[in-house]
Amino acid sequence: MKKLINAAAEVVPEALRGMAAAHPELRVDVDNRVVVRGDAPVRGKVGLVSGGGSGHEPMHAGFVGPGMLDAACAGEVFTSPVPDQVVAATTAVDGGAGVLHIVKNYTGDVMNFEMAAELVAAESGTEVNAVVVDDDVAVQDSLYTAGRRGVGATVLLEKMAGAAAEQGRPLAGVTEVARTVNARARSMGLALTSCTVPAAGKPTFDLPENEMEVGIGIHGEPGRRRVPVAPAREIAEMLVEPVLGDLDFTGGDGVLAFVNGMGGTPLIELYLMYAEVVGVLEKAGVTVARSLVGSYMTSLEMAGCSVTLVRMDDDLLRLWDAPVRTPALRWGV
Amino acid sequence: MAQELGIPEFEGWIRAFAAAVAEHRDELTTLDSAIGDADHGTNMDRGMAAVVAALDGGPPADGAALFKLVGATLVSKVGGASGPLYGTFFLRLAGAGGSGPWDAGTVAKALRAGVEGVVARGKAEPGDKTMLDALLPACDALEAALAAGQPLADALGAAATAAVEGRDATKPLQARKGRASYLGERSIGHVDPGATSAALLVEAAATALVPAQG
Repeated sequence: MKKLINAAAEVVPEALRGMAAAHPELRVDVDNRVVVRGDAPVRGKVGLVSGGGSGHEPMHAGFVGPGMLDAACAGEVFTSPVPDQVVAATTAVDGGAGVLHIVKNYTGDVMNFEMAAELVAAESGTEVNAVVVDDDVAVQDSLYTAGRRGVGATVLLEKMAGAAAEQGRPLAGVTEVARTVNARARSMGLALTSCTVPAAGKPTFDLPENEMEVGIGIHGEPGRRRVPVAPAREIAEMLVEPVLGDLDFTGGDGVLAFVNGMGGTPLIELYLMYAEVVGVLEKAGVTVARSLVGSYMTSLEMAGCSVTLVRMDDDLLRLWDAPVRTPALRWGV
Repeated sequence: MAQELGIPEFEGWIRAFAAAVAEHRDELTTLDSAIGDADHGTNMDRGMAAVVAALDGGPPADGAALFKLVGATLVSKVGGASGPLYGTFFLRLAGAGGSGPWDAGTVAKALRAGVEGVVARGKAEPGDKTMLDALLPACDALEAALAAGQPLADALGAAATAAVEGRDATKPLQARKGRASYLGERSIGHVDPGATSAALLVEAAATALVPAQG
């Protein structure tokens, strides 16, 4: 294992100390491992809290700021945050209009956020809604599993729900935007290499040089199947076709197309992939209205990518285009 | 005369479990890397080390307080699914066991309540390839042995055997809960890490929840 770390057990707090140093506009509580926007709580605004295991940077702390999240809770690497953290974050961003928890659909995340919501309900009058993101079409037979995982759509949902909250929409309205984005988003990912959890010290799974893993999640958990390495054009088809097969993306106001890097893939390959993805979409009669290309939801140093599509409408397009000022997403300001 | 358990035995159980988790930390993580996300050993070890540190600060007043401390510490320190599940187990155990000394019947009642807490929190069923596949057979065996008139030590021994058998029986199962479920058929052929740590918990109970003689 070659990593820029001091000690495996200290990776998360030491990275948070770096975020604090780099972004004085954020409040970083290294003890609670909570990152809060500097001006929180914003009076009268719905607070958005997300969180999850670390190792997916810039998600979630990199999305804290005006127009997106009010707070992010960082768990250990690939381990959900604990309820105390979520309670601390919820309290810190409660501006009197309620708080929305944005939770990726993983067993641990769902349970810890549920316990936190129970604690908040018992301790204060803060109104809390939760939206569970589950956009990963790689999970089949979701009745017999923990259900579809929350992957790329999380980033897009946090942006659009964040814009809705910034406009002053009430908790019900912000929740509705979040649920709409989740309902209209589908994703599929692929890994070229494994990743190494610092505390484990060795790759989570073995992937031979000539194979890739299709349908991966974001924690080094294996995917749907292993196939021989293929050209990008074929990979684009492997990722886009199951997405299009799951939801009708034709017509309407087009899609937001997101090609996300898993952490170990350079931007040059992501743009190459994006061109291939657009090619597959054109052939399928899908119009691209907006795009996002980059590594926004990573799996440590895993090489590979995911493709997320969201079926947009006027409202979502305006929310996507609205100003955002966070460490990782920043436009219009 | 009824044999009763108190703080020394309870503390012995928790410390024995912590030692077993520490000893098997890498094994738990290796099992988890096969069908999960390679953190079960490190997470449980971090949580149980925090529990031991809390106990070192001074023994709680009674069994209920002790197990509440264990549960709350695990919920705060472990994260993942294991934190809420083991945390809920001990919190429910504390509630059902109460603050008085425990006899064999209390042990069975408290364990059952703890396991029901795990069911409520995780919504898993027997055969889903989870920690319940070790815990449920252990509870059943404990209750059956006590009903047959066996002393607590023997009944807990039967529970430990059932937990270990339940753990091993997860190997051919296809996971339907947790991250392992995403693997579908590829989860078959691996022992479940949660059932493995749960078996350690019951084995620790069998060695430590033995009433003092005399």
